[in-house]
Amino acid sequence: MKELGGRLLFLDRNDINTDEIIPARYLNEDSKLALKPYLFEDLELPGFDRTTSLPGKRVVLSRANFGCGSSREHAPWALEANGIRVVVAESFARIFRRNMYNCGMLAAEVPARVVAELFDRFSGTDTELKVNLDSMLLRFEAKETGALEAPLSLGGFELAMLRSGGWLDFAATRY
Amino acid sequence: MGQTLAEKIFASHLVEMPFENTWVLKLDRVFCHEITTPIAIADLVERGVDRVFDPGRIKAVIDHVSPAKDSKTAEQGRALRLWARRQGIEDFFDIGRNGVCHAIFPEKGFVRPGYTLVMGDSHTCTHGAFGAFAAGVGTTDLEIAILKGVCAFGKPETFRVDLEGSLPAGVFPKDAILAVIAKIGVAGATNKVVEFRGPVVDAMSMEGRMTLCNMAVEAGGTSGVCMPDATTVDWLWPFIGPAGEGEFASKEEALADYSRWKSDDDASYAGRISLDCSALEPLVTTGYSPDNVVPLRTMRGTRIDQVYIGSCTNGRIEDLREAAAVLQGRTIHPQVRGIVSPATQAVYAAALEEGILETFLKAGFCVASPGCGACLGMSNGVLASGETCASTTNRNFSGRMGRGGMIHLMSPASAAAAALAGTLATAADVAKGLSAPEPAKQEGTK
Repeated sequence: MKELGGRLLFLDRNDINTDEIIPARYLNEDSKLALKPYLFEDLELPGFDRTTSLPGKRVVLSRANFGCGSSREHAPWALEANGIRVVVAESFARIFRRNMYNCGMLAAEVPARVVAELFDRFSGTDTELKVNLDSMLLRFEAKETGALEAPLSLGGFELAMLRSGGWLDFAATRY
Repeated sequence: MGQTLAEKIFASHLVEMPFENTWVLKLDRVFCHEITTPIAIADLVERGVDRVFDPGRIKAVIDHVSPAKDSKTAEQGRALRLWARRQGIEDFFDIGRNGVCHAIFPEKGFVRPGYTLVMGDSHTCTHGAFGAFAAGVGTTDLEIAILKGVCAFGKPETFRVDLEGSLPAGVFPKDAILAVIAKIGVAGATNKVVEFRGPVVDAMSMEGRMTLCNMAVEAGGTSGVCMPDATTVDWLWPFIGPAGEGEFASKEEALADYSRWKSDDDASYAGRISLDCSALEPLVTTGYSPDNVVPLRTMRGTRIDQVYIGSCTNGRIEDLREAAAVLQGRTIHPQVRGIVSPATQAVYAAALEEGILETFLKAGFCVASPGCGACLGMSNGVLASGETCASTTNRNFSGRMGRGGMIHLMSPASAAAAALAGTLATAADVAKGLSAPEPAKQEGTK
């Protein structure tokens, strides 16, 4: 199982799309790791600067419909190449969400009020996320603001993907 | 309780439900292109399972960058080409015999009512126009689809869109789908199949239905679908009739068989809207989200640098005819670059034969080779920063056609009008000879 959790990157906008996550001009790269320098290259968001905002981050927090647009799995790959294996958002586009789980990564949907509280209380702080799949709990914690817990709601498929490391290993033995 | 088309397809293709709401489906077709497939192929090779589940059910094309623009894209093309050869995939369409995947595969008759198919491309939803369940997937899903011929989906919920009335003159399927996306939003149909119904769809050609279904994903939809009917049978007839595979002896027989793939009258839907198309006018997107749609007349006078006519949304022969009708006998604005990319070689040949290419050439358009090209900013018409494009494509995301570029999505007729005017304009404006405001002198010109 992949290690899930760590420091948060706050991306405060709805509909962050796959072109913003990894522009199509890099789809000619032949390895997943080669995508590393290009993550969020076209994302323009107040306060976001790739050179200073990305290092050390392991989790993305965003709003609604994260990952809309293209089917490119290069989006989760580019995240993972930068050490980010968890995205927490109000909602996800279908293909992006499936790609995350297929790669054994976590796309956690949490209610809008929780997302709103996280942005209100925690943005600007060094917030850590701990993911507990046994108790199905997300725990966000920052020195300045204390902790916030949110239940994690996952189906059988999602849990199996996280535990088996993804769809390839699961499907290879089953079909 | 009746079933929707999507529910019927899911039930008939179910392999197993390993978890609640997880439907593993048998696939009738797996489509591949050179951008998302090579990494799947490389992984299969690395895992020691360089095989395919059925070479006859896999179709492949080089379409995103055609011809290759650099060494990296040449390698991607080669990876797909060599794989198709060693796996015995006969339906592989190389440069010169190719076209945009979502145009060429329907053209070859590869999609039939009741089919399941996936491809590593979000606009795979296009193929639902034939009454199929067609979904875009990532490379991992594609890899398992190639190897095992299965793919997993959530439950088959359907969002129904009734297009009522009829399309007024000068209003096209692209305007209708932009109106739908504006109404339900970019996540309005997430995890749902979008079912297009009503008299407007019934009267629409397969090309028009493909334009509708193509943009279902811009509202979050998994697949678009239309009910198979006589129009579907007419399109498929060269392939399913006696001149083709001989599956059916008559069109009536085919129609009767395909009618099992229609939604039942008492089927239930997860959402539903209806839209009176008689009241529609030409539309255009503004900003960076495809649900940000306004009447084209409200954007009159917006200066543009490039016009792009093509893509899996609007690069078919009907689209080119529609644009050529506006351009006929005129030349485009001197400060506009016009680019037309016929979606496939067959569309290119038809446009040549019909004199449409001549119309484009005389108007001052660059005729580019079939391919995805500028739509996603990979080749053949990338914008410079600060430039604006009137485009018949499907996404206006920031940076999509080149960093810092602005894309306005519209119908081919509206894009042709923009090319003539040098600004956003309706085809009716241009026909009336409404003159556009004189564009400012560009910097650096003497």
